[in-house]
Amino acid sequence: MANGTIKKDSGFGIAQVILFISIAILVIFVAWPVLLILFNAFFVEGNFNSMDFYKVLTEPETFQALINSLIIASMTTVGSTIVGTFFAWLVTRTDLPYKTFMKSLFLVPFMLPSFIGALAWKMLLSPHSGYINKWFMATFNTTEPLFDIYTYYGISCVEVMYLFPFVFIQVCGALERMDPTLEESARISGAGLFTITRKITIPLVLPSIMSGALLIMLYSMAHFGTVAVLGIEQGIYNIPTLIYEKIHESAGSFASIRTGTVLATVLIVSAACIIWAQQKVLSKGHYQIIGGKSFRPMELKLRGLRYPLLFFCLAYIGFTILLPTVVIFMVGGVETYGLPLTWENLSLDNYKYILFEYDVTRDAIFNSVTLGLAAAFITMFAGVMISYVIVKMKVRGKGILEFLGMLPFSVPGSVIALGVILAWSGQFGINIYNTVWIILVSYIARYMAFSLKANSAALEQVHDSLMEASRSCGASMWQSLKDIVIPLVRPGMISAFFLIFLPALRELTVSIMLYAPTTRTIGVAIYTLNEDGETVMSTALAGIALIIIVLGQMFINHLTKKASE
Amino acid sequence: MSYIRLVNVTKRFGDVTAVDNLNIEIGKGECFSMLGPSGCGKTTTLRMVAGFEDLSDGEVWVGDRLLSSPKKHHYTPPENRNFGMVFQAFAVWPHMSVYENVAFPLRLRKLPNAEIEQRTKDALTATNLLKAANDSPADLSGGGKQRVALARALAINPDVMLLDEPLSSLDPHLREEMRFEIKDLQRKYGFSIIYVTHDQSEAMALSDRILVMKLGVMQQIDSPLDVYNNPKNKFVFSFIGVSSFTDVVWKGKDAYIKGSEHKLPSGLIVPERMKAEEMFNLASRPTEIRFTNANDPNGVRGHVIRKAFLGEIVDYLVKIGDQEVRVQIGRRDPGPEADETCYLHFLRPFWYKVNE
Amino acid sequence: MEDIIKVEGVAKGYGKHQVLQNLDIAIKKGECFTLLGPSGCGKTVLIRLIAGHEVPDEGKIIIDETVVADSASGEYIPPERRGLGIVFQDYAVWPHMTVYENIAYPLKMEKRPKEEINELVMKMIDVVGMKGLDKRLPSELSGGQQQRVALARALVADPSVMLLDEPLSNLDANLREEMRFEIKALQRKFGITVLFVTHDQEVALAISDRLAIMDATGKIRQIGNPYEIFEKPADLFVFKFMGIANFVHATEKNGKFYVGNGNQEIPWEGPKGKAAKWVAGFRPSDVEIHREGPGLKGIIHRANFLGATMDYAIDVDDQSLRTEIETHTAINNDLMFKEGEECYITFKALHWFDAEQLKEVEE
Repeated sequence: MANGTIKKDSGFGIAQVILFISIAILVIFVAWPVLLILFNAFFVEGNFNSMDFYKVLTEPETFQALINSLIIASMTTVGSTIVGTFFAWLVTRTDLPYKTFMKSLFLVPFMLPSFIGALAWKMLLSPHSGYINKWFMATFNTTEPLFDIYTYYGISCVEVMYLFPFVFIQVCGALERMDPTLEESARISGAGLFTITRKITIPLVLPSIMSGALLIMLYSMAHFGTVAVLGIEQGIYNIPTLIYEKIHESAGSFASIRTGTVLATVLIVSAACIIWAQQKVLSKGHYQIIGGKSFRPMELKLRGLRYPLLFFCLAYIGFTILLPTVVIFMVGGVETYGLPLTWENLSLDNYKYILFEYDVTRDAIFNSVTLGLAAAFITMFAGVMISYVIVKMKVRGKGILEFLGMLPFSVPGSVIALGVILAWSGQFGINIYNTVWIILVSYIARYMAFSLKANSAALEQVHDSLMEASRSCGASMWQSLKDIVIPLVRPGMISAFFLIFLPALRELTVSIMLYAPTTRTIGVAIYTLNEDGETVMSTALAGIALIIIVLGQMFINHLTKKASE
Repeated sequence: MSYIRLVNVTKRFGDVTAVDNLNIEIGKGECFSMLGPSGCGKTTTLRMVAGFEDLSDGEVWVGDRLLSSPKKHHYTPPENRNFGMVFQAFAVWPHMSVYENVAFPLRLRKLPNAEIEQRTKDALTATNLLKAANDSPADLSGGGKQRVALARALAINPDVMLLDEPLSSLDPHLREEMRFEIKDLQRKYGFSIIYVTHDQSEAMALSDRILVMKLGVMQQIDSPLDVYNNPKNKFVFSFIGVSSFTDVVWKGKDAYIKGSEHKLPSGLIVPERMKAEEMFNLASRPTEIRFTNANDPNGVRGHVIRKAFLGEIVDYLVKIGDQEVRVQIGRRDPGPEADETCYLHFLRPFWYKVNE
Repeated sequence: MEDIIKVEGVAKGYGKHQVLQNLDIAIKKGECFTLLGPSGCGKTVLIRLIAGHEVPDEGKIIIDETVVADSASGEYIPPERRGLGIVFQDYAVWPHMTVYENIAYPLKMEKRPKEEINELVMKMIDVVGMKGLDKRLPSELSGGQQQRVALARALVADPSVMLLDEPLSNLDANLREEMRFEIKALQRKFGITVLFVTHDQEVALAISDRLAIMDATGKIRQIGNPYEIFEKPADLFVFKFMGIANFVHATEKNGKFYVGNGNQEIPWEGPKGKAAKWVAGFRPSDVEIHREGPGLKGIIHRANFLGATMDYAIDVDDQSLRTEIETHTAINNDLMFKEGEECYITFKALHWFDAEQLKEVEE
């Protein structure tokens, strides 16, 4: 091509450099660890060996974990989809009272980390010592518990409680954006509201329902916390918990690493399949249903059911959010686990202790906060740069980056942790295993997707002509970046920062595989204290974590509200 | 013969009266347009007829069926009104084929399969869609989608067809084509049309009668030619086509265009009812003015401040006194150059009081 | 007059899609030059090449006697050093800067003294009729006002040429009309050279000193002043693009030309030159309609009252054509026809085209 000769002054050299750095970041943090997992799964002593992969996979223990992952993920997905779609329909298409408030209420479960929820439910519904079960058995004079939380059902129920907002948000969005005349035209054709819901509304939002469902599937397959808290006691392992168990118990023996990599490979493949299916659903079934002039959509008159349904929604939130939260704070306040939850037994002593005296929890809070801040800063800036290349720059070799940019979205946390162990524990010259650095590295890999998403969304809003206009006004490329692009994507960067910082505060899946005695994070501390029987300390810390999360979320809401004004 | 009747129809949203005491009678097989700027209440009226909005007051009748009446606590929901309706944003269902879209209203009526097939095919044939029957509407152009919407509305053989700005999402040449198609379908099927639009030429071309509305209040109901030739008030005049309003004042017995030193010529006669007004308007349309010479008793002296060649027409802005008048002449008609003095002959002057 | 922009033999393609090929254009100092063509014809690419946001695959671009891009020598001057003012279709005013800051930006980049900047910006704000709005953010402005800010920003640093890329197409019809006159007035006031890109032939005719008509393949079909382009089209494409056009097929018998396959002779001088088949092209306003002959006898197929005009579709033998007549004239001269009535038509102007061109245009 002739334009190859025109390079003078064009800034193309800088573009290549930025592209190269972007690719390097993604390769080092994401692609390489994943490749190491695949390599270790398929190569035995340097030779390709797929039979061995198959052998490991069919060992009873690994195979069972695989099946468990599938069962729990399927049940969670179905449950969350039903719950999420129902509530979304209720707050957008009926005359339920206080709809806007109810809508924000249904997003609250997002704030509650599911492993903390699981912890609360364990205290409420463990077959023999759970408060509800104990009360039930005492009241009805029976030895049969009301509900055993240590089962597939129990685990799935808990996951549904905290994951259904994924579907809820997607479906609400689709229903709100949908052109009301699509439904009105069915009405004038002679269809009643029930027929319209069945024949028009549901099919039209089906892609959004599916997309939310697949998201939950992906999340649940790779989810560590709930299964670890509720399953391990009864021997229910899923893929991430088994990987953890293997790596943890055997202190890095070859066989356990291999089992880990094989399981991780299965996760990678399923994640890839789910992401692919989601893209397919979104691209093929994504109907253009956004319309011209808009009126209020039709609302189903609930009539006599209005208040009963409102009560039902409030009861649901109360049962799934309020009850566990209250239990966490109360158990965190008693001296020893098992004491009745009466006012005399409650005090703030535990909270004081873990905040100011107990070095394990103090370290954990410090570690989580610093790790979260560091990861958020680094990932935010790396994300802006990479997104800029992907969204805005015309440079050869961009295709590689676009592919690499997809990776962070499809690599589950436990895979990242395992990959990071393989990559950074000395085999390649750098050993940061057992230090806080390895957790930082894995956080960067884990949260890169969030940063890419927020920043590319912000950058796509910045139309090319804004930059071209400043070039024509006499500003160089760097000057234009500084004066135009950066100020305009700042809200995207800030939201990326918090999108990373808050989840990092409560992170468990990755940290649990990488922690050393001095590098516990909040999540790890809660989990390990609980494992060690320090239930009270563990719940008290969980309570502190909840307060930090809620405050953080309120701060974000405040920021985004201000930005949108 | 009135078929659709709106009696004292009123719609209030809170303190705002969107439609104020509207009385309309529409004949069977008539094409009736509601024309007005956005926010004038035309769409709200149509939606009340369709049953998507409740009435605050008044009644809607079709034939001897009462459809809505808040006083009598009567309301027939849209699905039981048996109307056809076409929306601005097409509103064809993207998850159904073209055929299924059109068959949907028939299936709801639980007709025998053979009849459903026959009537769907008829509707598709009438709208030139038979070839696309198995396509997804998403693959069709805007015009194609709107044909599907039309076919779907036709399939039930409705007595009344409600059209809510059905052409404004289409590009101009398609708009014209679809206009003819709607008219042809109406001739063939004989349904009544209530047509909502803000485009005056669309309303003119399609309608038997036009209702011009402003802020929820009826301004004029007449045939297109009458609306054009005898606009009832200043608003109707300004809404039908491009218009110029020039202030005119009295100086003694003579009328002057405001700021001009030359009195209006003898050929331009101010009607009696303006005699008492301190200031009033001379209203004109750019195409109804010709350039003439100083000796013409109709000639109003002015000064060309802008001339633009637009192809078929030449567009002028002429200053008379401190007032500006738009003039458009054919490209072959004689006209002055920019910055010249000129004389305007108002072929059809209209006179309005300032606050009419 | 000297040429301020020269585009010589420029080619540009994206992958396999060749947008521009061997293109030459010269724009004279102080004129308003319009590139008119259907969407996707490459006119925007050309303006981006001139602005420096794209690099030509082949050819040379010269602005004010400076080579700004030359594929042969590898010369390339980036946009910020070409001294141009640009106005974009989507305004491209920076949403985080006030009206004042937007307009001041080009001057700041030139590092002009503060007082000078202030004086120039306030003057410019006045010129575009935005007085008192200098502290507003773009989000507080209407589309027309934003476009005024963009115009002011493009003009403030006294550029040698102002490039306008479809600046009116996001505005509504009334505003579009108003703005096109304003742009013209600004151009006269500043005596600046303007290169205007649009797909709207009415805007192009109204605003240009000269215009170039581009076809969908990026080839220039005709360059001339508005009158030449409209009255003396170089070919059928230009004729059709400039307004509503009728095309009537003609059959030749013994040197005479008849409408379609009928036996009515077209009342106009026959074509010169050679072609296997001819079509007659004329505009609706070129047709005169009468109650009585002489003229081509036709049947009113459709009569359409559009307010200011009556629009007739007329069948003449196996051909059909459209004509328009002012309502006022129609009423005064008894020319309000009804559908199915007989009429006679004569022509005020008529162009002959090779029938092959019609095929090409209709493809």
